[in-house]
Amino acid sequence: MIQLENITKRFGQLTVLDNISFAIENGGTFAVLGPNGSGKTTILKIILGMVLPQKGEVIVRDSKVLKTWDYRKEVSYLPQIARFPDNLTVNELIKMIKDLRNMPSREDELIELLGLEKFLDKKLGNLSGGTRQKVNIVLTFMFDCPILILDEPTAGLDPVSLIRLKELIEKEKAAGKIILITTHILSLVESLADEIIFLLEGHIHFRGSLADLSEKTGEKDIEHSIASLLE
Amino acid sequence: MRLSIVIILLFFINHIGNTSVWNICPSCQLKSLEEALDRAEPMDTIRVQKGLYECVDIEINKPVVIIGDEGAVIDGLEKGYVLKILSDSVTISGLKIINAGKSYTKDFAAIYVYRANHFTLSNLEIINPFFGILLEKSKNGNVHHNKVYGVSQREDDSGNGIHLWHCSNVIIEQNEVYGLRDGIYLEFVDDSKVMNNYTHDNIRYGLHFMFSNRDEYVENIFENNGAGVAVMFSKFILMKENTFTHNWGTASYGLLLKEIYDAEVIDNSFTENTIGIFIDGSTRINYTENLFEQNGWAVKVSGGCYTNKFFKNNFIGNSFDISYNAKMNDNTFDGNYWSDYTGYDLDKDGIGDVPYRPVKLFSYIVNKTPETIILLRSLFVDIINFSEKVSPVFTPDNLIDNQPSTFIFQ
Amino acid sequence: MMLKVLKYSFSDLIRSRWSYVYLAFYLVLGFVLLFLNENLSKAVITLMNIVVVLTPMIGTIFGIMYFYNSREFTELLLAQPIRRRTIFLGQYLGVALSLSLSLILGLGIPFTIYGITQSGQIWDFATLLISGTFLTFIFSGLSIYIGLLNSNKIKGFGYAILIWLFFAVIYDGIFLISLIVFDDYPLDKFTLFASFFNPIDLSRIMILLKLDISALLGYTGALFQKFFGTGQGLIVAFIMLLLWVAGPMLLMVKKSTKKDF
Repeated sequence: MIQLENITKRFGQLTVLDNISFAIENGGTFAVLGPNGSGKTTILKIILGMVLPQKGEVIVRDSKVLKTWDYRKEVSYLPQIARFPDNLTVNELIKMIKDLRNMPSREDELIELLGLEKFLDKKLGNLSGGTRQKVNIVLTFMFDCPILILDEPTAGLDPVSLIRLKELIEKEKAAGKIILITTHILSLVESLADEIIFLLEGHIHFRGSLADLSEKTGEKDIEHSIASLLE
Repeated sequence: MRLSIVIILLFFINHIGNTSVWNICPSCQLKSLEEALDRAEPMDTIRVQKGLYECVDIEINKPVVIIGDEGAVIDGLEKGYVLKILSDSVTISGLKIINAGKSYTKDFAAIYVYRANHFTLSNLEIINPFFGILLEKSKNGNVHHNKVYGVSQREDDSGNGIHLWHCSNVIIEQNEVYGLRDGIYLEFVDDSKVMNNYTHDNIRYGLHFMFSNRDEYVENIFENNGAGVAVMFSKFILMKENTFTHNWGTASYGLLLKEIYDAEVIDNSFTENTIGIFIDGSTRINYTENLFEQNGWAVKVSGGCYTNKFFKNNFIGNSFDISYNAKMNDNTFDGNYWSDYTGYDLDKDGIGDVPYRPVKLFSYIVNKTPETIILLRSLFVDIINFSEKVSPVFTPDNLIDNQPSTFIFQ
Repeated sequence: MMLKVLKYSFSDLIRSRWSYVYLAFYLVLGFVLLFLNENLSKAVITLMNIVVVLTPMIGTIFGIMYFYNSREFTELLLAQPIRRRTIFLGQYLGVALSLSLSLILGLGIPFTIYGITQSGQIWDFATLLISGTFLTFIFSGLSIYIGLLNSNKIKGFGYAILIWLFFAVIYDGIFLISLIVFDDYPLDKFTLFASFFNPIDLSRIMILLKLDISALLGYTGALFQKFFGTGQGLIVAFIMLLLWVAGPMLLMVKKSTKKDF
């Protein structure tokens, strides 16, 4: 359903992605991992069309999507840093996104789940980082999209919300969706990821399940596996 | 007894004061002006009734009164003069004159007055003449309520509306002249008055003075002529309460003063002219209580002007207030209102505490390079004007209004 | 869709305190000018000088400020199923419209109270508002384009101000000096031509055609005479201003489809 073909992306002199190809055919959770600056966010943004590669092709649901826009109806994105227009209230923001997307949504359920009711009329500029991240989660999960792209979804979340988030992801996975996720929380990867895509120096260094990873590195737990990949 | 005296007196008055009236009309016994003039005694009246009358070079040699009825039209057949007045005390009024002759060699005129005294020309309508009314070597006349107009396009094949040469003590008032070369032209004319006339849309000047002294023109309107009024080589002219407006074009102006001395320019209004007053070589002239509004240049001073005095004038919204082409200045500009003045008046005496410099550096630049006008009112021009204001380099540094008024003079 | 984007950026801007500051500024300016001058026509003249310089400056500053401040909003929109062109045009129109509205209301209210609608100055005043609006559109467009070119805020801000300074002052300085230097050549074609390439000059000329027509008609050049004397000048200036609005808009659209976020 998502396919990247020979993607190359340079920022100035720096080659971030060097002729990368991969395909995701079926639903599941895919963790994009790699050291800082390895191009995790760039890959996600290329899929979203926010970053344009110098070379290569992105195919979503059998059509080339570079420079097109309506395939984003099928994609929900949770950006890394929850930044919103400061002057809007939470409610207005949700309404606006609904208005722009014009799709059925289930924000009430999510608001309740994350306990955001009392912030609905607050301006986004006045919210704490964690609360903003909760808003971010609501915006991402409120539409029924077959592809979810989550860039560091756990940033700033309290443990209770973290559990709620995991549950949400599980549910979406159960519904057969493709979920692409980047995170530093390896326990999250451990509990959620069906496959790991490991980026290093512009290439896909490793791709496979957690079991494959252990096998390859000979390490039991994920932290050590990753560390050995980096060596 | 008493009754008989009255009757005798009436008979007497009738006989002396009011002589015969000769009627002419197409169906009358007298069918032409010529016949009537032949029969008329001095002081008789000829009444021209409704109709069309052909007249070419008709000479009026005796003092008569010719009065036209409504619809009395004199046709000059495009040959020569129409009426020539060669006698004193002739009055002509109420006629419409068409088809006066045109010539490149002779000054044909619809009405020509030569060496005549005490003439009156009034309520005439002269259509498309070469010269309308031409007065030569005549005195003590009155030209009023006439309308003279044409459709001239070029200076060289058109004459003037009302033209005076070597005349004196003539009063010209309430006339309207348009579509000719000069509306009113005075050459070697002394002690005469031009009042309440309206001259507009003439090719050259609305009013033109040459070598004329001690004249005055008052309450006239000069609109949309090539230039409003030109006063040249004349002395002691009084210019008062006239309106000069919409005289637009290359080197066009409301009023041109060239080589004139000792004149007064009082209470006139100059609005929307390319140049309000253009002064060239003129001396001892007072400009008082005039209004200069929305002109390109309110006053443009060329060389050789001495002891001109501007006082109590209003300068409002002109692109340039004063323009000089020299660095010398012998004229005074104290005590005027300038709408561009930005100073303050702390003691509230109605006089700004900071002097005003009416000459801008930019006006100097525009004089040198006319195309720069396109940068008028730009920020850059404001900046260079300001720097020149702070330390004058190019403009006369004594050209200052030391007592700028903070209110508009009424 | 564009209308939706426009609506949200517009309502976002309308809420921001700067819009009110700007509106209040024009209100105060309008009332103060009218109070000091007691005379509509003089107030209009003074205002013209101010508007021609100020609206491009405010357009520039607001445009670039809004661009950088609304990055979050932009990113949010970029992940939505919306064309990029739509996003940027919508935001641009939002900025330009809210600024124009501040200008029109800020000056319109005091002058209407003082009876401009019944006075002979109504057309001068309308010309003033129209050229102010044009300048707002042109310069906010230019500055958003500069924003798109420069991810570095400080650089972008610097360039934007420089662009304003260039068109407001430097251009005219170079123009004036070259006219003086090449005095011996026929210049009227060059003069008209050069003024087409500066929107501030163009709108100034539209105003000159109203205020200083007497002076402008004093010139010998046949082209000048034709340009100023017949309604042609106004029409040409108007068309050029429209092109000036279209130019930055096209650049903006083009750049926006190629940029990474």
